[in-house]
Order: sequence, then C-alpha cells, then structure tokens
Amino acid sequence: MLKDFINKNKDKEMSAVRNGFGEAIIEEGEKNKDIVVITADVTESTRCDKFAEKFPERFFNVGVAEQGMASVAAGLGISGKIPFISSYAVFSPGRNWEQIRTTIAYNNSNVKIAGHHAGIMTGPDGATHQAIEDIATMRVMPNMKVIVPCDAIEAKKATIAVAQMWGPIYIRLAREKTPIITTDSAPFTLGKAETFWDSSDGTKEKAKMPQVCIAACGPLIANAFTAAEILEEEDIGSVVLNIHTIKPLDEQKILEMAKKCGAFVSVEDHNIIGGLGSAIAEILAVKKPTPMEFVGMQDIFGESGNSWELVEKYGLSAKDIVQAVKRVIKRK
Amino acid sequence: MTQEITEEKLKLIESVATEIRIAVIKMLGIAGSGHSAGSLGMADVFASLYFHILNHNPKNPLWEDRDRLILSNGHICPAQYAVLSLAGYFPVEELSSLRQINSRLQGHPHRGSLPGIETTSGPLGSGLGQAIGIALAGKLDNKQWRVYCLLSDGEHNEGNHWEAVMFANKMKINNLVAIVDRNYIQIDGRTEDIMPLESLRDKYITFGWHVLEIDGHNPYEIIGATNEARAIYEKSTVIITHTTPGKGVSFMENNYLWHGKAPNEKEEKLALEELNKKTKFTEGKN
Repeated sequence: MLKDFINKNKDKEMSAVRNGFGEAIIEEGEKNKDIVVITADVTESTRCDKFAEKFPERFFNVGVAEQGMASVAAGLGISGKIPFISSYAVFSPGRNWEQIRTTIAYNNSNVKIAGHHAGIMTGPDGATHQAIEDIATMRVMPNMKVIVPCDAIEAKKATIAVAQMWGPIYIRLAREKTPIITTDSAPFTLGKAETFWDSSDGTKEKAKMPQVCIAACGPLIANAFTAAEILEEEDIGSVVLNIHTIKPLDEQKILEMAKKCGAFVSVEDHNIIGGLGSAIAEILAVKKPTPMEFVGMQDIFGESGNSWELVEKYGLSAKDIVQAVKRVIKRK
Repeated sequence: MTQEITEEKLKLIESVATEIRIAVIKMLGIAGSGHSAGSLGMADVFASLYFHILNHNPKNPLWEDRDRLILSNGHICPAQYAVLSLAGYFPVEELSSLRQINSRLQGHPHRGSLPGIETTSGPLGSGLGQAIGIALAGKLDNKQWRVYCLLSDGEHNEGNHWEAVMFANKMKINNLVAIVDRNYIQIDGRTEDIMPLESLRDKYITFGWHVLEIDGHNPYEIIGATNEARAIYEKSTVIITHTTPGKGVSFMENNYLWHGKAPNEKEEKLALEELNKKTKFTEGKN
C-alpha cells in the first residue's frame, strides 16, 4: 500500500517539477547571499525569472551560450559563490558537456547544473528538445552527483538540499505538469532511496509479499503506482522505490530490495542505456545478481506529441511496467 | 599594487625569463613530450607577471586578496610551473617531475594539484569564461584584486571563447585583463592559414573591448600595458602581445612544428648551450 506521506489527491493535483526549483532558489537565495543564478536566454521557462527580479545583482543572463555559461559559473564556483546554471538539458549538460567536465567537475567547482525539459515528456517541442541521455552523460563524470526529483514538492526539497551540499551536482527537471505525488512531510535525504509503496505493509499475507521492486525516478513514478495497483489486483505484490539520487546511488537500499523482492524493474524517462536502470544493474551485477527489466526509451529518439501520448507510444506506461514485471518474475 | 619599474627590476625580469626558458627545455627534455614554442614565447610575460605585476604571496598561495592568474592555454604550463617554482611556490627540483606518474606537475594544469594553479585548463576556449566568473565574484564581494587571463591566439578558433568575449563586454568587466599570445602559430600551421584571425585587434574593438598591442618580449611594455589597463574603467581590456614562438632557441623560433613537440637529447643540448650564453650575458650586465 501507499505510504502515508503520499499525496491523497495525486491523481487530481498537478504541477510542473520546474516550479519547485523556482521556489527553492528564491528561498535559498534569501538565506544565502552567495547563491547566484545564470541562465542562457531561457529565464522564464526555467523558472529563474522571480529570482532575477528579486536579486538582480546576483542574476546573470549570458545569452544563448551554454558553454560560456558553464565556464563563467566554474569561475564563480571556485571563488566562494554557489552558482546555479539553468537551461534545457539538451543544451546544458548537452552542448556544454566538455566545459562541465573540465571546468566544473575536474576543477571541482561548486556549481549546480539544472537541466530542464528532460525526457520525452517534454512533449510538443520534439526530439531535439527531449534530453534522454543526460543522466548517463552526467553520471559517468567523476566528482558529479545526479539528482532526479519526482514532482514539484520533491524538486523544491532537492534544490534546497543541492544548494546546501558542497560540490558539482546535476539536477534533472521535467517541463510538463505532472502529478503532485509527495507531500511536504515526505522524507527526503540526498543519497537515500525512499519506499513509496509496499504491498506487504501491515500484513503477513503471503499473496501480498513483494515479488518485484519497481525502481523509478522522476514523474514516471506515477505510472509505477498505477502498475503496482494493477499488479495487486492480480495478487502480485510489489515495492515501488523512488530513487531521486542516482549518484551516489543508495546501494544499501538496492541490496535490501534485491533480497526482499528478488527481481527489479527500472522505470525512467531516459534511454535505457546508461540511466537509472544501468546504475542499479551495475550494483546488482557485482553484489547480488538479480533478474531485471528496463522500462525506458529503447535507444531511439522521441517525437512531438503530448506527454502522456508519448509515454504510451514509447512504452513507458503503467501497462508497460506491468508487462515488464511479469517478464522479470518468470525469469526468477 | 604595481610599483614603479626600475632598471634593476627590468634586469631581474630578464634573467628570470631566461631561467624559465632553461627550465622549460630541461623539463620537456626529461618528459619527452610537451609544448616548446608557446612556453618559450611567453617566458617574458610570465616573468613580468610573477616578478612585478601580480600582487601575490608564494608562501600563502590561497591568500584571499591575491591577484588571480588564469592560464587558459594550459599547454604552455611548463613556463608557468617554472616561474611558480622560481617565485617560491614549490621547490625548483620538482620541475623535473613534469608529466611523470605521481607528480603534482600534470601535463595540463589541474587546480588543487599544485600551489599557484587557479584553474584546470588544457581544453581550449574556456579560460576567459572562468576568469570572468572569478572577476564577477570579486566584484560581488567588493574586492580590489584583479584577474589576469593568458590566452593563445589559436584558441580564438573556439566559439566558447567568443561567448565569453561578448559577456565581458555586456558586464563591463574592468577588473580583468586578457593577455593574448599572438605568435601566429597553432598545431597544424600558421594561424592565418588554419583559421584566419586578422584583424584580431579590430575584432576585439568591435566586440567592445579596449585593445592594447605590445611587444611580448619587452617587460617594460608588458608592465606599462597592465598599468594602463588599470585606468580603463568602462571596458574590459585585452593586451595583444606579439611574441616569437620558441623565443630564445634559434632553431625553434617561428617554426610551427615546435608548437607541440619536445626537444630530443641533441636538441636539448643545443638549446641549453644557446640559453646559457644568454644567462652569462645577463649576469654580466648585473
């Protein structure tokens, strides 16, 4: 069943993940004068406009120049400032990957990279603007941490935590309105995966014992809930794990779930190569080999359409998760 | 703050520049790889900066009020390593560890590995942006220190660099001086053959910068230009320093083949013979 900190009205209340980011940078900006924000001509759509109005002396717009944005931020970050660079994920960390590698990660500069419009759920803009590689390209970089919040409330908590934690960090944010899944009281600690659903809660009934761990990140966790509900009706118990911190991954929790459930399905709005699923598989392969299925983009580009149409077409729906669960259970 | 330049100081800078060149040849000779031409060409600029222009403290490399020297074209780091050791940041003996395993002297500079290195560099085009970020931080905190950014001419091919050039103009960054090593060579050949840059001066003027052009082997002009830059409040300043690549070693001078190459044993010996004559000459003058 759902944990009690999950929003009871999650099927009705929607907000964009990026809104939580926008609120958090203002709150933290008020508390800490070292926080600066840099955008590359996408100030409003990356929710930095209110920060720009409130703290004009700490806001910089570099124009459509993501490589310059990363380099300038690197200089600020090694000089006592806490810069947030904010653009679309396809451009930052897409276009400026090498500047991030050399001047932020290897340079060990205290820069926070906010990659907006991530995943195919970005929708109508089409595949050029749907980053499905960014978790992979940031995860492979030494010194870099990777965070993927699941809704606007978690994005706010994550952004605050990111501002307060020293070091280079990538935070991945989605564009479209998605269900508000969590509540203010939901636990959030960077580096700790959180169980959002456990079919065995409050029961010793054998049919309720979880046979699979559905590990998701980002707004698609809403589909994982729906899948868990469908599975429950078919007497297939499951755990839904929210993995907002992909690096460093909560290894202890992954191994605990491998022991408890004996099978994994990863769910992400990202290429199945190099993303959350890969990160989990890297741990399982070494520490506890466990059957696994990957729900995500099957190494193809997206296209224009609305978010939920694309989710259906590209195999990221609750139905697809249910099928993946059934496949993986057969392999146990 | 820069003091008045004396004859003695100019002589000191001249002899330091020769010491840098000798160290560069020895380091590259031992390492067996590295960039000779640019390292030799910028020796006079490095000597002028670390022995007169910069407000710094080798015994306290992270001193809060120091001027910051950002080396964007990281491949000429042998010259910077040499001048840092001569200034007292670390023992001169350590220079021979360049490019070796477990060394603090990385093939391209890495912040945190060696005292006095402000940023990681090597991949071209990102130094000016970082220098601007550092300068902005200084402005936000009302600091008086200044930022100097050394650049190669070849790295002006990078789009990333011009993003920074435009941003500096937008922000009127006046606590920063860019110093371009205009030696007309890059790895594959003459700059004007590979990707024409002229008129570099006009490009910077059009982009809203204050431009100075000097002889990069004349410490008096180098120091004079950085002094002039202090008085420019409304713009960012770039000093285009005209240098001879490979300066001081006649068989390397103006030959682009020496951009990314180290001398072999025979060449090292020849080069050191020529440079040692120069040392005797400068010592004699003293």
